[in-house]
Amino acid sequence: MEAVKLTPSAAKHVAAHLAKRGKGVGLRLGVRTSGCSGLAYKLEYADDVRPEDIQFECHGVKVIVDPKSLPYLAGTELDFAKEGLNEGFKFNNPNVRDSCGCGESFNV
Amino acid sequence: MALFQISEPDDAPAPHGHRRAIGIDLGTTNSLVATVRNGYAVVLPDEQGRPLVPSIVRYAQHGTEVGYKAMAHQAQDPQNTVVSVKRLMGRGLADLADARRFPYGFQDSPGMVRIETRAGIKTPVEISAEILRMLRERAESSLGGMIDGAVVTVPAYFDDAQRQATKDAAKLAGLPVLRLLNEPTAAAIAYGLDNASEGTYAVYDLGGGTFDISILKLSRGVFEVLSTNGDSALGGDDFDHRIFCWALEQAQVAPPSPADARLLLVRARETKEKLTGHDAARLTATLSDGTHVDLELTNEAFTSITQTLVTKTLQPLRRALRDAALKPADIKGVVLVGGATRMPQIRRTVTEFFGQPPLTNLNPDEVVALGAAIQANKLVGNRERDDEWLLLDVIPLSLGIETMGGLTEKIIPRNSTIPVARAQEFTTFKDGQTAMAIHVVQGEREKVSDSRSLARFELRGIPPMTAGAARIRVSFEVDADGLLSVSAQEQTTGVHATIAVKPSYGLADDDIARMLQDSFAHASDDMRARALAEAQVEADRIVAATVSALRADADLLSPDERKQIEGAIAAVNVRRNGDDHQALRASVEALNNATAEFAARRMDRSMRAALAGKRVDALT
Repeated sequence: MEAVKLTPSAAKHVAAHLAKRGKGVGLRLGVRTSGCSGLAYKLEYADDVRPEDIQFECHGVKVIVDPKSLPYLAGTELDFAKEGLNEGFKFNNPNVRDSCGCGESFNV
Repeated sequence: MALFQISEPDDAPAPHGHRRAIGIDLGTTNSLVATVRNGYAVVLPDEQGRPLVPSIVRYAQHGTEVGYKAMAHQAQDPQNTVVSVKRLMGRGLADLADARRFPYGFQDSPGMVRIETRAGIKTPVEISAEILRMLRERAESSLGGMIDGAVVTVPAYFDDAQRQATKDAAKLAGLPVLRLLNEPTAAAIAYGLDNASEGTYAVYDLGGGTFDISILKLSRGVFEVLSTNGDSALGGDDFDHRIFCWALEQAQVAPPSPADARLLLVRARETKEKLTGHDAARLTATLSDGTHVDLELTNEAFTSITQTLVTKTLQPLRRALRDAALKPADIKGVVLVGGATRMPQIRRTVTEFFGQPPLTNLNPDEVVALGAAIQANKLVGNRERDDEWLLLDVIPLSLGIETMGGLTEKIIPRNSTIPVARAQEFTTFKDGQTAMAIHVVQGEREKVSDSRSLARFELRGIPPMTAGAARIRVSFEVDADGLLSVSAQEQTTGVHATIAVKPSYGLADDDIARMLQDSFAHASDDMRARALAEAQVEADRIVAATVSALRADADLLSPDERKQIEGAIAAVNVRRNGDDHQALRASVEALNNATAEFAARRMDRSMRAALAGKRVDALT
């Protein structure tokens, strides 16, 4: 299955956050169901790697995805974006068919 | 497209579930706003990257200016530019010993003074609200939406009137205030002392114009203020002034014009800041008469000219300790707050006094706002880092219920620590539906047929409503013994039903391991199965709605049009039983398009029916 990637800018920010946090082995990406239909992203620090996890290395950051989430995320690129004063990470996920107005939940 | 922040493990918020919480340090000289982002507290800067907002409000010819903009005009327009409004909060004219020091037209009124400005008579509450409003707007554009909760800090010595005034100002600025927090307590929280062992802590706060010392006692995670003391006329500005006087003396210049004095004061401040981390710094300025000032100030000389100021902070320190009946050695930790505590002579003096180095790794200008943000984050219900739980036991497999299409909806995810309670709202699928079957399942798979069935029960007595209107709250609760109880309640009538089961009953460790392995092995199948089931549910809903519309308003269609719609329904029904969810979605889309015109005509008809027999003026 296709890899999950970070843009160089996203990787830089993730590495900085991990350093500031002072612990953690990498970044965990995942999806889970939400509400009556639809999916939601998970973006978390990872303190450990579970045996079943799939790992990707990207610009020096370890990206960890659980096998249940991988089909929904394959080919996804996580980017870092600024919108005015607001800033954060953006999922560019080729599997997404449609999403809610603000993009916090989606369908494949 | 939403912008995401990184959460702590197993702590990602539900979509739209992250609550925007901010902490505000409403200071005498400067104010700040902070939030918890990516797991830790950060101050939110403005577009130019400046974290501080000078606490200055100017009522200009056209509109109100706040912060740096107001500060720029302070000298030309002192009567309409309000600084240090915090000193006026909740104070009557009689309370202000130094009212003459302010260049404002004061009006005494019961409770609080008022200030005559170009824009009319303003209360300190209204003026503070201008600063808070600016911080709120900055936070909203930084966090991408409305603020759910704010914590605003106040000095520990603020009385009820001053606290109420602060709260009123926040309300006026449109901020949902969760609570006011004492500034020293906020600083202690920023350093995580509330998670530390119990003991007594000192907070040494030397701001721009005020000095405060607070002695806090931590017991069971709660801070109690034992004593406070301070000097309301001592701050970092006094150190600037000492350098200013020294420079005049050294350069042997006559008493300067107001413009020269301002320039020299700015240079004095820059020199002071440079001396933190350097042994010496230069002060250079060209005065209005062409005199060139170029001086070198060593750290040693700076320490000696400001010695009396530093010593002045020790008296309140001793008094605060005496009031708390403590000795310096009883203090477990010392927190420094305020930009002026960066000066090495202050750090040295504090270290000597307490016999231990103070905590300094956070920015002393920001530490109060950061602590307020952490507190706000906790109060709105976002969990935070290091908010560690006693790991008693975890749920080995997810618990959920069956939804339409034979899918499982997980309510409590696996690895949740127990005891745990989670709830989610569901709705009815059919018009007039009065009962709902609740099927409690366990497992990681997407389809109910692949999960373990735990229990079934029914919720009856739902009032008949259109599909999707009823709100049924399903709550899962697992107690410390691992006993699950599930209850369902219809929100308008309150009818409810409940059941209790022991989820782990009859499950061996091997079974649990196998169920987990299965779910990993079938991840792709499950994804397709879910997509297909969701598409089927959607198809059934659209077909049912179209059929019922055809029955009601068949006369709106020509035989040809009707045939076309029926054809589209038939196409959906064929795909409905296949296993290609994309083809099914396409056919549903086609049905949607085929009925668009029909839907518009039905809308017209119902509008006409609703308006018939009514006069135009009765409708407005």
